[in-house]
Amino acid sequence: MTGMTYEEKVGNTVICRCEEVTLSEIRDWIGRGYDTVTELKHVMRVCMGPCQGRGCRDIIMREISQAAGIPLDRVEAGAVRPPVKPVKTRLLASGDD
Amino acid sequence: MRLARLRARVMREIETDIIVVGGGPAGLCAASEAASAGAGVTVVESDLHLGGQLVKQTHKFFGSREEFSGIRGYRIADLLLGEIKERGSLVETLTNTTVTGYYPEDRTFTAMEGEESFFRIRARGAVVATGAQERLIPFPNNDLPGVYGAGAVQTLMNVYGVTPGRDVLMIGAGNIGLIVSYQLMQAGVRVVSVVEASSRIGGYWVHAAKIRRLGVPILLGHSIKEALGRDVVEGAVIMELDEKFAPTGAEFRVDCDVICLAVGLTPTNEILSQAGCRMRYVPQLCGFVAERDRTMRTSNPAFWSAGDATGIEEASAAMVEGRIAGLCAARSLGFPARMEKFDEYWARLDRLRGGEVGGRIRAGISAVTMEQVHDAL
Ligand SMILES: Cc1cc2nc3c(=O)[nH]c(=O)nc-3n(C[C@H](O)[C@H](O)[C@H](O)COP(=O)(O)OP(=O)(O)OC[C@H]3O[C@@H](n4cnc5c(N)ncnc54)[C@H](O)[C@@H]3O)c2cc1C
Ligand code: FES
Repeated sequence: MTGMTYEEKVGNTVICRCEEVTLSEIRDWIGRGYDTVTELKHVMRVCMGPCQGRGCRDIIMREISQAAGIPLDRVEAGAVRPPVKPVKTRLLASGDD
Repeated sequence: MRLARLRARVMREIETDIIVVGGGPAGLCAASEAASAGAGVTVVESDLHLGGQLVKQTHKFFGSREEFSGIRGYRIADLLLGEIKERGSLVETLTNTTVTGYYPEDRTFTAMEGEESFFRIRARGAVVATGAQERLIPFPNNDLPGVYGAGAVQTLMNVYGVTPGRDVLMIGAGNIGLIVSYQLMQAGVRVVSVVEASSRIGGYWVHAAKIRRLGVPILLGHSIKEALGRDVVEGAVIMELDEKFAPTGAEFRVDCDVICLAVGLTPTNEILSQAGCRMRYVPQLCGFVAERDRTMRTSNPAFWSAGDATGIEEASAAMVEGRIAGLCAARSLGFPARMEKFDEYWARLDRLRGGEVGGRIRAGISAVTMEQVHDAL
């Protein structure tokens, strides 16, 4: 990160660690009008990693709120689908025990 | 051969009257209360141990006497586990098991024990007491090894007896930041300083006084600008903020090998949203929580909720909410619950939330409390 301005470094900060998505990528898409978590999920897989958004949903909602001027309690949070923790597909396919 | 294969494909299924998701103070109290009315309860806990956050707390608790103030957190967990034991076979506990989902179409939970065993749980009622998760804040280099959440630091130290490093920069002067700072110092780790973005200390004064006496500066109106280091944390840049949290331009560098984030918790609510419970964002309760009536029942009549999952508060309140949820869930399922306890529990909650400190919580609670809407199941 040497040689970068502070702003560039902030933009390079990884927000969704599971899917390796940075703040500037998220801000770009919000700038193009993708101002719900569901839309951002579809375009860049945020909130779809192994932690299912536990690590990033909160920060992304704050970004949407600030950038799009939507109060935080109005930002669409996206459906939280099962499983809340990764499950090996083999287990799902076979039925265990 | 063919038949055996087919049989293996039928997934194991557990049936219970009430499933309690989360075995922290709220969940354990809910389980004990429901079982005391005669309901069969299955407590499911992700962790290897029951007790939730209490297990990590080596300090003496604040709160009221009924809720064990003055007793160290992990001892409170032992007392609750003793109470559960007295309920005998009515309470089954599954540890190292995560409830991974709820499927409203077939009213079924899925759960995974460890990483290898996946099964279904069917219950007539559910108490969701999944507690809270840590908030994180973004700053450059926050992915360097050496950046920890306060919960991880507590687990390392108080559960596994390992210190995270030598020199710690603590971000956040709420109770968690202050208590973990003190615990680090007790373990011989140096706390370089505690920085707090707001202009006042969020935690209780006794905790702040303890670490001030030991010479640790608490810098109000400051935050972390970036972490420094090539492969691991070697330091951080601290910036000054004005009342609107905008940087003033003043900044300085500190040397540290650990940056510990204690910037707040937010309710864990996945299972409640999967169950279609009406959720609302309530800033005073620190995130999205389910609307509920005074029996802690949500808009989905088969779901109750309690503890930090319904709003970040304290173990003392979590335990009483758990008791209310357990009692009322049992009653709605037709068990002879002693409902005279209901008013007593609410009196305790009102006491815990009394005074000026409780004002914020009271406002948050009134924003999500709805009229009682459901009858017995
Ligand atoms: C440093 C610190 C100091 C504190 N000091 C005090 C104090 O002095 N006094 C006080 O009253 N309070 C204190 N608290 C607060 C108190 O610990 C919490 O309010 C309390 O533990 C909340 O209880 P709970 O049962 O709601 O949640 P938790 O204790 O968080 O328990 C929830 C449990 O649910 C489990 N879980 C979550 N999701 C799932 C799932 N899908 N499947 C299975 N299990 C799941 C988790 O593993 C966890 O064990 C402190 C907290 C911290 C962090
Ligand atoms: S951090 Fe985004 S899905 Fe895990």
